Amino acid sequence: MEDLIHNLKKQIIEALNLEDMKPEDIDAEAPLFNEGLGLDSIDALELIVLMEKHYGIKMENPNDGKKLFYSIKTMAEYINSKK
Amino acid sequence: MRIFVTGTGVITAIGNNTAENLDSLVKNKSGIGKITLLDTVHRNEFPIGEVKLSDDSIFKLLDIKEPGAYTRTALLGMKAASEAYLQAGNLDKRKYKTALISATTVAGMGKSELYYGKYLHENFSNEYIKTHEAADSTEKIADFLKIKDFITTISTACSSSANAVMFGARLIKAGIVDRALVGGVDSLSKFTLNGFNTLMILDKQLCRPFDNSRAGLNMGEGAGFLVLDSEKTVKTENLHVLAELAGYGNANDAHHQTASSPDGYGPYLAMKAALELSGLNAKDIDYVNVHGTGTPNNDLSEGYALLRLFNGNVPPFSSTKANTGHTLAAAGGIEAVFSVLALQSSLLFPNLNFGEKMNEFDLIPNLNLQKNTIKHVLSNSFGFGGNDTSLIFSKI
Amino acid sequence: MSVYINGTAAFISQNTLNFNEFQKGLVEYETDFLKTVPVDYKPFMTPIEARRMSKIVKDSIVAAETALKQAGVTMPDAIICGTGLGIITDTEKFLEKMIDDKEQYLTPTSFIQSTHNTVAAQIALRLKCHNYNFTYVNRGHSFESALLDSIMMLREGKRNILVGGGDEMTPHYFSVTKKTGFWKQEIVKNTELFGTKTSGALCGEGVAFFLADSQKSKSTHTELVDLKLFYKPADIKEIFDTIKIFLDANLTKISDIDLVILGNNGDWEQDKIYKTLQETIFEEVPQAYFKHLSGEYHTCGAFALWLASQIVSHKKYPEFIKANEMKTDKINTVLIYNHYSNINHSLFLLKSI
Repeated sequence: MEDLIHNLKKQIIEALNLEDMKPEDIDAEAPLFNEGLGLDSIDALELIVLMEKHYGIKMENPNDGKKLFYSIKTMAEYINSKK
Repeated sequence: MRIFVTGTGVITAIGNNTAENLDSLVKNKSGIGKITLLDTVHRNEFPIGEVKLSDDSIFKLLDIKEPGAYTRTALLGMKAASEAYLQAGNLDKRKYKTALISATTVAGMGKSELYYGKYLHENFSNEYIKTHEAADSTEKIADFLKIKDFITTISTACSSSANAVMFGARLIKAGIVDRALVGGVDSLSKFTLNGFNTLMILDKQLCRPFDNSRAGLNMGEGAGFLVLDSEKTVKTENLHVLAELAGYGNANDAHHQTASSPDGYGPYLAMKAALELSGLNAKDIDYVNVHGTGTPNNDLSEGYALLRLFNGNVPPFSSTKANTGHTLAAAGGIEAVFSVLALQSSLLFPNLNFGEKMNEFDLIPNLNLQKNTIKHVLSNSFGFGGNDTSLIFSKI
Repeated sequence: MSVYINGTAAFISQNTLNFNEFQKGLVEYETDFLKTVPVDYKPFMTPIEARRMSKIVKDSIVAAETALKQAGVTMPDAIICGTGLGIITDTEKFLEKMIDDKEQYLTPTSFIQSTHNTVAAQIALRLKCHNYNFTYVNRGHSFESALLDSIMMLREGKRNILVGGGDEMTPHYFSVTKKTGFWKQEIVKNTELFGTKTSGALCGEGVAFFLADSQKSKSTHTELVDLKLFYKPADIKEIFDTIKIFLDANLTKISDIDLVILGNNGDWEQDKIYKTLQETIFEEVPQAYFKHLSGEYHTCGAFALWLASQIVSHKKYPEFIKANEMKTDKINTVLIYNHYSNINHSLFLLKSI
């Protein structure tokens, strides 16, 4: 789980072009959107592709992302549940 | 100063000229179907509104004498622009300064995506490198029709050609030119198809504007142009007037890069500005040709904006994007032509593929072709970057 | 009604953050194309805000917000931009990925950013500005169309128009467009550009923004007296005639011009038009070049206007832009003449206030 969380952080930093940010700067349990990291709906679409490309998880409805992408931890749990 | 429409030209999935488009609108025809011309992996995935002519056929139809690199964007633009220009009449350009204001978003991408890999990795070059730039199709149209007094190109995403109409009218009012050929063009490309796909706003079924089950747009291609003339030119040259451009307005939603605000504030401001310029009241509007792309976000936002502008009493409205597909930069020009056709033929065009009204409000688009006196039409075009434009056309 | 430039900022390959710094000396490059200097965005935006923006978008925002601040304007009545190529970095990113991955695993960011009106839209979004927002994309008349629209807006009674233009170049797009022969095939020194005898222009990139208003203010740099755009002139006579009609209409004689800024780009062929003018109607007029500083790009006219505005307001100009030996003891009237590829020709007339 720890490795998965670390990898996810690295992949998110790369996919969203979060310059100057390191994995340790992101709290795995903090919200990714709005008041947390400050991501928005375009980032959510980036995360959908990230899930498909790195973890083979396909999401058809962009609205499904809201719960899954609450935090890095919820993403990791979802990925584990699909294994 | 009053501005009049003296010519229209259009090419879309439902017809190659104004008459064919009107015929299809009257017969509830949709031009959306399987992808046949575009070479994409999404060929069987998304329905699309292709113009039913190959590049070669348009080239021959136009009887182009000048050799050169003609992209599909340029050809579609030349076809619709020359139709509008010929209808209005080719006045002596020494006497009447003439402008061409065109619009595009895709520009020469159709060729760029075909050759880019070769340009980059091989010792290969051709004349389509220069057609990548957005001005190329405008220059092709200008040179074809020998217009040179003023030429420019606007690119504000899906409101582009509505903005070209607006700018052309302002140029005439400013006395910079006497008449203006205005509109826009976009051809289908893999670039835009894939781009809209990444935004997850393409419907795999036929698009259903303002329907509760709507799930996105269908892409289309085409061009739509108008000739605008001043009152003075119309009188002096005894020109046949098709309609009056009574108002226009542009506003920015300033909410999000691609999405419309939930309350449709930008769209509301654009419609309000157009109305104010025209001197009309909201209740004078007889028909609204809505932007109505069929995406969950647009139709909701536009619906709220309409409810606000019309204070709950929204006049008959319909989206013609279920006929043509969403033609991006060309949409404003094409729908301006449709608005003029509605005024001339006294017809309210139906909104295809509608089944059930949206949960959020009681708005039901016009579902059947209706014969009715129409004096004033409002046409909406909204784009990425919160760019919102509304035009008002009036019967003469 | 008059048009005043009440604020302006530009970024090119030179130190243009302030005019005194710029005047100190020409920054020399030996390069294939001139690249914009690094710009410090940190005072303007957070890394999260900047995460999707390519350099041209960030540079444009900094230039636009600097011009607004100079003029003391928080909410312009219009935001009008010009760009020949749009956001080519993101266009290229999406295109290359689409080709390489055969239309799979594409993401929306670069597609959204590639839209031509990204800069104008981002500025509106940041300012929460709901007003008129236009973008022109007409090769060498992209910025000039935006500027003409701004003048029209002011004549229509609007105030405080934010107008700007910019283009970026990438190594990939440069290598593609170089194949047309439009750019120099060899590496050159910008200091020696006008001595080259080869074809092809020195390529460049940059952004420049202005706050234009109908009222003078403490921050006014110059008055923009008039602007003329003309397309594909038939011959040199048409260019002569257009310049003459333009100056006549503005009650200005050639001898009134204290400095003419010319768009020579180092291309032996294309520069012939400028050379003819330099040796005839402008022979007695002090002349200056600007494309050894900015390079050639669709919206370099915006940089020329920045340069002219600074020269008129500071009443001086550096040696390194001089194109002839003529001198003047005053700088009240400046003319810019520029053309892109002999397609889009422009004239700007500026006067001191």
